[in-house]
Amino acid sequence: MKKLISIFSGIPLHLVIITIALIWILPSVGLLITSFRSSADVATSGWWTVLQHPFNFTCYTLENYREVIIRIGIGKAFWNTLLITIPATIIPILIASFAAYAFAWMDFPGRRLLFVILVGLLVVPLQMTMIPILRVFNKLGLAGTFPGIWFAHTGYGLPLIIYLLYNFISGLPSELFDSCSIDGATPFQIFKKLVIPLSLPALASVTIFQFLWVWNDLLVALVYLGGTPDVAPLTVRISALVGSYGQDWELLTAAAFVSMILPLSLFLGLQRYFVKGILAGSVKG
Amino acid sequence: MRTKKITPWLYITPAAFLLFFFLVYPSINTVYISFFNYNSEKFVGIKNYLYCFSNEIMLNSFRNNTLWVVLFVPLTVSLGLIIAVLVDRVKYESIVKSIIFMPMAISFVGAGVIWKFVYAYRPASAAQTGILNALRSFFQLEPLPWLIIRPWLNNFCLIIVGVWIWTGFCMVILSASYKGIPRELLEAARVDGATEFKIFWKIILPLMKPTIAVVATTMTINVLKVFDIVYVMTNGNFNTEVIANRMYKEMFIFRNYGRASAIAVILLVLIIPMIIINIQRFREQEAIR
Repeated sequence: MKKLISIFSGIPLHLVIITIALIWILPSVGLLITSFRSSADVATSGWWTVLQHPFNFTCYTLENYREVIIRIGIGKAFWNTLLITIPATIIPILIASFAAYAFAWMDFPGRRLLFVILVGLLVVPLQMTMIPILRVFNKLGLAGTFPGIWFAHTGYGLPLIIYLLYNFISGLPSELFDSCSIDGATPFQIFKKLVIPLSLPALASVTIFQFLWVWNDLLVALVYLGGTPDVAPLTVRISALVGSYGQDWELLTAAAFVSMILPLSLFLGLQRYFVKGILAGSVKG
Repeated sequence: MRTKKITPWLYITPAAFLLFFFLVYPSINTVYISFFNYNSEKFVGIKNYLYCFSNEIMLNSFRNNTLWVVLFVPLTVSLGLIIAVLVDRVKYESIVKSIIFMPMAISFVGAGVIWKFVYAYRPASAAQTGILNALRSFFQLEPLPWLIIRPWLNNFCLIIVGVWIWTGFCMVILSASYKGIPRELLEAARVDGATEFKIFWKIILPLMKPTIAVVATTMTINVLKVFDIVYVMTNGNFNTEVIANRMYKEMFIFRNYGRASAIAVILLVLIIPMIIINIQRFREQEAIR
C-alpha cells in the first residue's frame, strides 16, 4: 500500500500534472510570442522556432502593436471598452447592494416570492430579452450609445450581483444590527456605516466578476452597440478582424493580447477575490 | 430589523424596476412576438416553431448543441475533478491551478483567436505555423484543415476550446469541495488498506456528488447558450451552427424577429429544467439556514 502512495505522489504524478499545465498554457504562449514577431517570420516559421534562441532579441518587434493600436484602431476600441465597462460595473453594484441589504435584513410582503423570481432570473438566456429591448432602445435613441449598454449590462448583471451580495450580507451576525437599532441608527446609517464596510470582500468579488463579464462580453455589445468603430469595444472589433485579417496572425495575436492585458493582470492580482466570488455560488453563464 | 413600511421598497425599487424592464417584460414579449411574422405585424400561429423544427440548419444546430452538451459537460467536470484531486498532492498546486484557471479571465473572442491559431492550416507544401499541423508534419502526416472537416472533427475542435476555457471554473469549485473532505476519513481508509483508486470511487466521489451536480448544471446552462466561440471561429459554417448563433443571425442578418424569438423561446425551454433545479436548491439552502 505504501508503494501505491509513493507511485501516486512520485514522478508519474508530477509528469501528468506538468503535461496538463503545459498543454493549457502553450496556446497562450504561442499567442504572446507571435504578437512580437515580424510578419515575414510569422508567415514562414512557427512561433516555437524562437525557443531555439530565446534571447536573440533582434527577432522581436513592437511593430504589430503600433499597427493594431494606431492604424487598425484597437487603441480606440480599448478606450471604448473602458468607457463601457467602468460605469457598467459601478451602477449595478450600487443598485444591487441596496436591494441585497433589504432582502437580507428587512421584512416586507412578497420578499420570498421576489427572491425566488430573482433566483430564476439568474439563468434566463439573454437571447430572450434582446428583440423587445432593442425595439425600445431604437425608439428612445439608446441603441448604439454607451448609456444604452450601461443600462443593459446593469439589468443583466443585477440578478447574480444581488444574489452573491445577499448571501454575504445575510450572513452578518444579527447582534450587530440589533445593537445599532437600539442605539437609534436609521436603516440607511446602518447600511452606510456597517453593512458596506463589512461587505468589502464580497463587494470586491462582485466587482471583479462584473468587470470581467462586461469587458469580455461580445453578444450584448454586438446587439446594442453594433460594429461602428466610434463605439465598438475590443471584442466586437477583434471578431471583425478575424474575418478581414484572417491570415495576418501577427496582427490578430497583438490585437488579442491588447484585449487581455487588463483582465489578466486584474485576475492575477486579485485571484483570491475572484475565486471567492465563484465559490459563493455562481450560476450565471 | 424594524423599519417603516415604505423603507424596504425604497431599497428594492430601482433593482426591481431594472429587472422588470430588462428581463421579465422582454421575456414575456419575446414569447408573444414568436407567434408573429418577421416584423411582428401579422399573426402566424406556430409557423415559426414549425420552421425551427423542420429547417435543415436549425436541425443541424440542435444536433450540434446536443453534441456540445454530451461532450463538453462530462469533459469539463471530469477534467476539473481529476486536476483538483491530483494537484492537491503537489507543492506547486497554486501555480498549476492559476494556469488552468487563467482562460476564465480571457474573453471568448480572445480564446477564439488563440485557438484559431493553434488550428491554423496551410497546404502541405508550405511551412505549417499552427502547432497542431506542425506536429502532424513532424510525424510525416498530412496537415488537416481542423475547422473545416465536417461534421465531427470541426465541432470537436470547437468544443475543445470551450473545455480549455471552463475546466478551470469546474476545478476551482470542485477543489474547494475536495479540500472540505476530512483528511482523517481518507487516512482511515488508507490504514484499512483501501487503494487510492478505491478511495476515489468509494469515498471522494460520493461525498462530492452534490457539488458535482451543481457544477454540471452550471456547465449545461453555459453550453446551451454557447455563442461567442462559434461566432468567432467558424460563424456556424461547415455544419458547426449552434442555436444561439442561429438566433443572432435570424435577428440581425435576416431581420426575422418572429423566427429569432421562436429560437430564443426554444433555448429558454431547454434551460427551464435548470431554472427549476436552481430554485429547488435555493429553497433547500434556505431551509438549512
